[in-house]
Amino acid sequence: MNELHERIKGIVENEPVALFMKGTPEFVMCGNSDRALRALRDAGAPVTAVNILPDPRIRQELSAVSGWPTIPQVFIGGELVGGADIVEELAASGELEQKLEEKLGPEYRSSRAERVDDVLTV
Amino acid sequence: METVARETLEDLLRQAFPDASELSVVDRTGGGDHFQVTLTSSRFEGLSLVEQHRLVYDALAEPLGNGTIHELRIKTKGRE
Repeated sequence: MNELHERIKGIVENEPVALFMKGTPEFVMCGNSDRALRALRDAGAPVTAVNILPDPRIRQELSAVSGWPTIPQVFIGGELVGGADIVEELAASGELEQKLEEKLGPEYRSSRAERVDDVLTV
Repeated sequence: METVARETLEDLLRQAFPDASELSVVDRTGGGDHFQVTLTSSRFEGLSLVEQHRLVYDALAEPLGNGTIHELRIKTKGRE
């Protein structure tokens, strides 16, 4: 397996909440990425954002890891939760916060601030 | 730029979900690349949302794979 594949896998498996998106939280480049980010922020999730736009290989390797064809992709505690539609649906029903608590513990809101992982930098 | 007709997506979904009690594909912008799929099928019963959406992606693998779909919104339900 190549290095980028392993790095993406590492982010998915080790970050409490990973959001693979178009753009960054400061400069979102796509409506669906924005919807997913907002739903996660509203739920108080400690988001680690990865911008997939700088290199097409990021998206290729991500889809190889997840088997999910579209962007954004949200992972909580290593589990693929889905794209913007699913995250919004789970947020509306209260299941998103339930899942965050279940996977990360009841104190997840105060665990850590939002951050960006530049997957290309070793 | 190449676009995909709304009817093409509807046909693919109809083949994959012949039992669907609700099936609609809306071209959200009229540009043939932003779509909203709404689908109710017994195939979704007992499945998580991720598994339900995977079935939709599987049915639309070809237009998704060749890059003609820019944005796909999905709303799935098991039979009421």
